[in-house]
Amino acid sequence: MTTPLLSVKNLRVSFRIDRSNTFDALKGVSFDVMPNQTVALVGESGSGKSVTSLAVLGLLPKENAKVSSDSRIDFDGKNLLALSRQQIRELRGDKISMIFQEPMSSLNPVFTVGYQIKEVLKEHKNLTGAAADKRAVELLKEVGIPSAEERVNYFPHQMSGGQQQRVMIAMAIACEPKLLIADEPTTALDVTIQKQILDLIAEIQKKHGMSVLFITHDLAVVGDIADRVVVMRNGEIKEQGTTKEVFSAPKDDYTKALLSCRPAVDSRPKRLPVIEDFMAGRAEAMRREQRARGVSDADPVVLEVKGLCKDFYSREGLFGKKTFHAAKDVSFKLRKGKTLGLVGESGSGKTTVGLTVMRLHDATKGEAWFDGKNIFAMTEKEFLPYKKRIQIVFQNPYASLNPRFTVGQILMEPMIIHGIGKGGEDRSKMAFELLSKVGLPEMSFYKYPHEFSGGQRQRIAIARCLTMKPDILICDESVSALDVSVQAQVLNLLQDLQDEFGLSYIFISHDLAVVKYMSDEVMVMSNGEVVEHENSDVLYAAPKHDYTKKLLDSIPKGLGAM
Amino acid sequence: MTTAVNTASIGIERSPGLWSLAWKRLLRDKIAIVSMVIVATFLLLALASAVGLVAGGWNSEIAKNYAPPTWFKGSAAQEDLSKSNKSAASGPSLDTGLSRPEFVNDRDPLRETITELKQQLGQSTSSGADEIKIVDPLADVIVELKKKLGRTGDGDANEVEAEKLSSLAFGADKWGRSVFDKVVQGSETSITVGFAAALVATLIGTLLGALAGYYGGKTDDFLNWFYSIFNSIPYILLVLAIAAVLNKKGILTVVLILGLTGWASIFRVVRAEYMKHKARDYVRAANAIGASHTRRMFVHIFPNISHVILVQLSLYVVIFIKSEVILSYLGFGVGVDTVSWGSMLNEAQNELILGYWWQLGAATLFMAILVTAFSLFTDSLRDALDPKLK
Repeated sequence: MTTPLLSVKNLRVSFRIDRSNTFDALKGVSFDVMPNQTVALVGESGSGKSVTSLAVLGLLPKENAKVSSDSRIDFDGKNLLALSRQQIRELRGDKISMIFQEPMSSLNPVFTVGYQIKEVLKEHKNLTGAAADKRAVELLKEVGIPSAEERVNYFPHQMSGGQQQRVMIAMAIACEPKLLIADEPTTALDVTIQKQILDLIAEIQKKHGMSVLFITHDLAVVGDIADRVVVMRNGEIKEQGTTKEVFSAPKDDYTKALLSCRPAVDSRPKRLPVIEDFMAGRAEAMRREQRARGVSDADPVVLEVKGLCKDFYSREGLFGKKTFHAAKDVSFKLRKGKTLGLVGESGSGKTTVGLTVMRLHDATKGEAWFDGKNIFAMTEKEFLPYKKRIQIVFQNPYASLNPRFTVGQILMEPMIIHGIGKGGEDRSKMAFELLSKVGLPEMSFYKYPHEFSGGQRQRIAIARCLTMKPDILICDESVSALDVSVQAQVLNLLQDLQDEFGLSYIFISHDLAVVKYMSDEVMVMSNGEVVEHENSDVLYAAPKHDYTKKLLDSIPKGLGAM
Repeated sequence: MTTAVNTASIGIERSPGLWSLAWKRLLRDKIAIVSMVIVATFLLLALASAVGLVAGGWNSEIAKNYAPPTWFKGSAAQEDLSKSNKSAASGPSLDTGLSRPEFVNDRDPLRETITELKQQLGQSTSSGADEIKIVDPLADVIVELKKKLGRTGDGDANEVEAEKLSSLAFGADKWGRSVFDKVVQGSETSITVGFAAALVATLIGTLLGALAGYYGGKTDDFLNWFYSIFNSIPYILLVLAIAAVLNKKGILTVVLILGLTGWASIFRVVRAEYMKHKARDYVRAANAIGASHTRRMFVHIFPNISHVILVQLSLYVVIFIKSEVILSYLGFGVGVDTVSWGSMLNEAQNELILGYWWQLGAATLFMAILVTAFSLFTDSLRDALDPKLK
């Protein structure tokens, strides 16, 4: 038995909220990371996974974080909790290094990437001049950046998100650390890029014999890369074991729920089981009940979009302007009570299509026939009565609700604008009904958005759309910012509402599994063009276009990779 | 059953809004409380002076010319009293504390002549009233006028002269008016001007900034052009020009001058905030539910940036109180019938050389206390409204 490289024993961390209250972020966490091993720390937001990584790096805020005195973090024979700040700083970047979630904000925009890599080399390896230049190019080559000799002089903004993350990895491995901590390194990236980065981390781990502590909320990602999995919830470890054990025979109900509340590509239950269903033991039955999807020509059409084009202009030079075609000749029919899924990577134009359909952008060219009229040809005033019939749920529930309004005001505002309901009393009654419909307690009416969690806020946003009784609901990445278990709840809610009101959805997402679960037909977009448009079962079973195949290949398989 | 009802009624209690949370944070800040108390005292003082409770009679000459502050006069007060009685017209001697330079005495070459003259007149005429008549031929008229105004009682000028005090809490000015009353009256003027001008500037700047930031494009270009032109004119020149156009001295003029010239900085801030917020999802969501431009601008965005405006407003109050002082000092401020800290400083300029420093001292002290307290309050306000910035 070898000694573990990193051994966390009974780690307890509490944060001071105010004078009298403390919050226990970690309630006795213990796990080991062996040399040359990848351990994944999995959990939803608030589970304490990031606090654990900060504790290992000695980056906990000293003022209000308290680490229990019997906690130990042993790294390479030293107790990290007993070291001075200076000693920990020497370890950081040299023996332990870290990759963050947002490469764009982690790199300094005013220095070239080469300079930033060389800074690490100078700090820890005392390498300067030509030797450092040479090593920087080597590192960039190692992380797979093409023509590295040239790119070493690039500024971060000249590189794509994936390349920036590669640079971050190059900086992290510059000193050949023994332990690499990767905190959600792929969450901000597109699915195809995510796969490349995961492959790169796995390859580098093997080559250098490093240990990797991989922190993520996405169990599916873990299956591809980790040797061991630690599942955390509310500051406690729910389950830990080898990846194979955890995936094939999960012991804890929470792990089971996490594994199956994410929609899978190959099955489509009527409702997604959530954690409560596992606790109540009815998940198995739910999983068997499948839902059929698809559209036929007999279904009535609510909205028909023909040849939609949207150009954006940016100023170039003194007088010139540069045209960017965000959407090129997009046509589709949305059928009543059905869901049209829109998938594609960032920059593919899927959000542009959604926003243009409801005239939050003006279309450059094209027609949209709704209720026998071309809504693109209307004036703003003529469009107002139609506006309430096409509604949108935005991606970020933290930004889409006005923080200075109470939930009641948020829900009653559209009724006031469109003259729905007879007066304040009537409107508040309707608001109360909608709150219970989306599963929120009545007293939410008097609260402000900041008192709610992400999932609850998204329910408020959905309730706001429902006040206007829309025919079409556009969901622009509406569940992407949510934790998987919450995501399942919101998806179930959207499904229930579609069944009840016969809503038609345009479901925009980069997450192919979620789109598969929700959609009757799917449109795949790339660079502003529709590359494939098919009934969802057909498209996922037999993709025709190369781009669709590539997208489907990049979906993390979870257990499938074993 | 009852408990269920109770919890339901408790549940309907309103959550604290962002404003009440900010207020709570403000009350936790000791500096904020102290500065708020000071500012509130000033506001009360100004209010009391406006309704005439305090310093209503600032314009009456209740003390001897240049009567020093009581505490400053100290034990030597009696001595001075007799001296100044002898030579009332030439001001009190200042043997105590600040020794008055000799050449100042020598400046009044008629002093001895007047004393002689007085002595001669005192011999020839027996009544004191006659003496006054010879010195001031308008004395009767003034007494009558004062009677009409009800300022003084029925005592004649002689008695008034005798009642005049030789020292006051904060001293007296050239005409024997109480410096304390003047400085309180000055606070009223300065605070009125400061707040009113800040409101005018904030209103103009916020409105233009909201239009420029929200609509962008041509509107923004035009307003930016306008702002740049406005800013390219030297400040004092602009003030002179506006003063010349308005052609009337008074509080309203000063408010207009300061308000019309001072909106630029809040315009920049509000414009930037609107540019930032108009792209936010909640504004797009408001557009999606059909809210009009005006509604989006003032119902949705405005409450979200109102803390920025509030901080800017209170910064303006400080700046404009100081500007009013400068304008009045330069002579573009309030007229001679009104007193302000600036006009007091202007008067003090000539007095200082004679060693009468208390008018300057009082005006400076009051201004410094108010401005410092208000600045500290502004800082605390910003911290309370935006705790993340701290």
